[in-house]
Amino acid sequence: MIETTLDIPADARNPVEPFLRMERMPHIWCAGCGIGTTVNCFTRALLKSKANLDKVAVVSGIGCTGRVAGYARLDSFHTTHGRAIPFATGLKLANPELQVVVYSGDGDLFAIGGNHFIHAARRNMDLKVICVNNMIYAMTGGQTAPTTPLEALTSTAPYGVSEPAFNLVSLAEAAGACYVARWTTYHVMQLSRSMEEALGKKGFCFIEVLSPCPTLYQRRNRMGDGLDAMKYYKEASKIRHGAPTSECSLSKSGEIVVGKFVDRERPDYCELLRAQMCQSLGERYAEPEVVCSR
Amino acid sequence: MHADPKGVLTGVHFMDGDHACCEGALAAGARFAAGYPITPSTEVVERFAARIPTIGGIFIQMEDELAASIAIQGAVWGGAKAFTVTSGPGFSLMMEHIGLAAMTETPCVFVNVQRGGPSTGLPTLPGQADMMQARWGSHGDYGIIALCPNSPQECFDLTITAFNLSEEFRVPVMMMLDECVGHMTEKVVIPEAESIEVTPRRYTKRSPEEYRPFEPQEDLVPEMVKAGDGYRFHITGLTHDERGYPDMSVGTQDRLVRRLTEKVKPAGDGRALYETGDLDDAEVAVVSYGITSRVAQRALQLARARGIRAGKFRLITAWPFPERQIRELAGLVKAFVVPELNLGQMVYEVERSAAGKAKVIPVTHAGGTVHNPDVILDAIMEAVR
Repeated sequence: MIETTLDIPADARNPVEPFLRMERMPHIWCAGCGIGTTVNCFTRALLKSKANLDKVAVVSGIGCTGRVAGYARLDSFHTTHGRAIPFATGLKLANPELQVVVYSGDGDLFAIGGNHFIHAARRNMDLKVICVNNMIYAMTGGQTAPTTPLEALTSTAPYGVSEPAFNLVSLAEAAGACYVARWTTYHVMQLSRSMEEALGKKGFCFIEVLSPCPTLYQRRNRMGDGLDAMKYYKEASKIRHGAPTSECSLSKSGEIVVGKFVDRERPDYCELLRAQMCQSLGERYAEPEVVCSR
Repeated sequence: MHADPKGVLTGVHFMDGDHACCEGALAAGARFAAGYPITPSTEVVERFAARIPTIGGIFIQMEDELAASIAIQGAVWGGAKAFTVTSGPGFSLMMEHIGLAAMTETPCVFVNVQRGGPSTGLPTLPGQADMMQARWGSHGDYGIIALCPNSPQECFDLTITAFNLSEEFRVPVMMMLDECVGHMTEKVVIPEAESIEVTPRRYTKRSPEEYRPFEPQEDLVPEMVKAGDGYRFHITGLTHDERGYPDMSVGTQDRLVRRLTEKVKPAGDGRALYETGDLDDAEVAVVSYGITSRVAQRALQLARARGIRAGKFRLITAWPFPERQIRELAGLVKAFVVPELNLGQMVYEVERSAAGKAKVIPVTHAGGTVHNPDVILDAIMEAVR
C-alpha cells in the first residue's frame, strides 16, 4: 500500500469550490466524462487570471457541456441549442465590461450553432469560446456530430459514419479567431494555461478540448473507459505549437495534434465599430450607453 | 419615470409606420437592436442603425433571425432595453426565442410587420395571418402580449406601450403591424420627453444573499437583476425553481407554467386597449384591427348611411384577448362581423368569447391587398337580415 505524503486536513475543501454552485452537486456528468476536468481547469484559470468574478459571465447552449453554466457560481446563462454565441454577443455589447465566456459542446457550437460561430469569429467579437469536443451528441444518446470521426459507430450511424468531420481549429482560424488552441483533458496544466491566456486576450478566442465520453462514444466503439481515453490522449498527442491548423484534423484513433496554433492581433468588433463611427460621424458619435437606469 | 430626451425626436413629423415604430422604441429607451433584413420590416432597423450612433447604443445586423432574437435577450440581461424586428419567415424562425423570453421572463419587444404567407408568400404585400402564431407559435404553454397599431402615430405610441408592458410583466411583447401600416406615411406627433412615461426595469433592491431570481411578487412577476452586479445568478430555459435552478419535478413545472400564463392576464382583462364607436345602439359590431380597421371604418359609414345600426370594436390589444369586453358586447348586439387579412384567426376568439350569444360572421381575405369595403358592408347587411 502506498501511503500518501500529503498532509490534508479533514476539513480541507477543494480550492475550486468557491467557483461552483456546491448546492447543485452532484453534477449530472458520467463517471469518466471529461467535462468536469475542463471546469476544474477553467476555475484554476480564473483564479490565476485574478479576474473579478462578479464581471465574468458564462453562456452555454444545450447538451452535456451546456450544463456548465448551471454549475459555475458566476452570472450564468443556459440558453437554447446552438445559440450561446449570439446571446453572448448581445450580453457583451450591452455590457462591455463583462468577460463573457461561451462554454459549450461540439454539436451545439458547430452543427446547429455553426453559423453563429463563424460570424462571431469574423466580427472578432470579444468572446472566449471553450468547446468541449467529445465527438458525439451525448445528452441525446450518442448520435453523429459534425466532429464524429469517419467509421465511428453512433446511434444514428449504426454501420459507421461516412461523412467527413470538421477540423474545428482550422475552421476557427479561417473564420478569423485571434487565438486558437487545442488540448485534451489529459493536458490539464496546458489547458488551464491556455484558458488563462485567452482570458487575458481581447477578441474572439477559441479553445477546443478533446474530452472522453465513455458512455455514448467509447462504449459503442469498444474504446474502453475514461482511463483508456486518457492513455490514448497521452500516447497519441503531439504538442506542436504553431502547427498549420489545416494539418490538425482528427481521426478515430490517430495522432492528436495539440498546442496553441494561432495567437494574432486583430481589432475587435467594438474597436472597429468605434473607429468607423468616429470616422463617419466625428463628434456626433455618442459612445454606447445601453444599460437602462435602475 | 420620464423618457430620456436623447432618444425623443420631439416634433410633428410626416413618417411611415416602420420609422414611427423605431422612434417609439428610441423614446421608450431601447438602446440595443438586433435584426436581419426582411421586407417589409427592414426600415425599422435601418432607421435605428442611422439614429443610434448619435444617441448612444448598439445596432447589430446578425447572421439570421435566430441570432437576432436571442442577441436582444443577451443585451437585456446585460442591462439594455432591446428589440428585434421581422416579418413572416423571420417571425417563424424567432419562435424558439419567444419561448425562451417567456420562460426566462426576459422583457423585450418583437416587431412583426406582417406580410402575406405562408412561406415566402407575398414579401411586399400585406397580411394579418400571424396573429395566432404570435400567441401560440412557440412550443409549450406561456403567455405573451400583442398590440396592433392601425396608423404611424399608433406605431409610435404603442411601441412605447409595448416596451412598458414588457418591463411591467417581464414578458416578450409583440408589435403586430402589417405591411400597409408599416409603409403608410402620415402625420406623427412626438411629444416632449417629460410627457412620455417609461416603465423602469423591475430591478431588485435585495442583496445577493436574499435575492431569489424567480420568486414571484404579489403580481406574480419576479424582480430582476443584470449581469455584472454581483448576484451570480443563473438563467435557464429548462423548467426551474425560484432560485433559477433546473428542476424537473411535476410540481415545479405546474407552478412555473401556470404563473407564466397567469401573470399576463391583467394586461387583457381590465387593461386591454381597444377603441369603440357607435356601439350604443348597435345591432352589429365590426371587430377588426390594424389596416383592416381602417377599411372597416368605410364599411361602417356606408352601413350607417343606409340606416343600419352598426358600430366598431377595434382591437388594439390582441393578446391577451379582451374576452370580457366581447362577452359583454355579445349580450347587446345581434351579430359580430370580423374582417381580417387571413382565413379566420381572431374571429375564433370573438366566437369563443361571444359564447353563442351573438352570431359571428368572418370576412376572410388571403392577403396581398386590403378588403373592398363593400365586402364588409355585405357582411354587415347579412348580419342584420
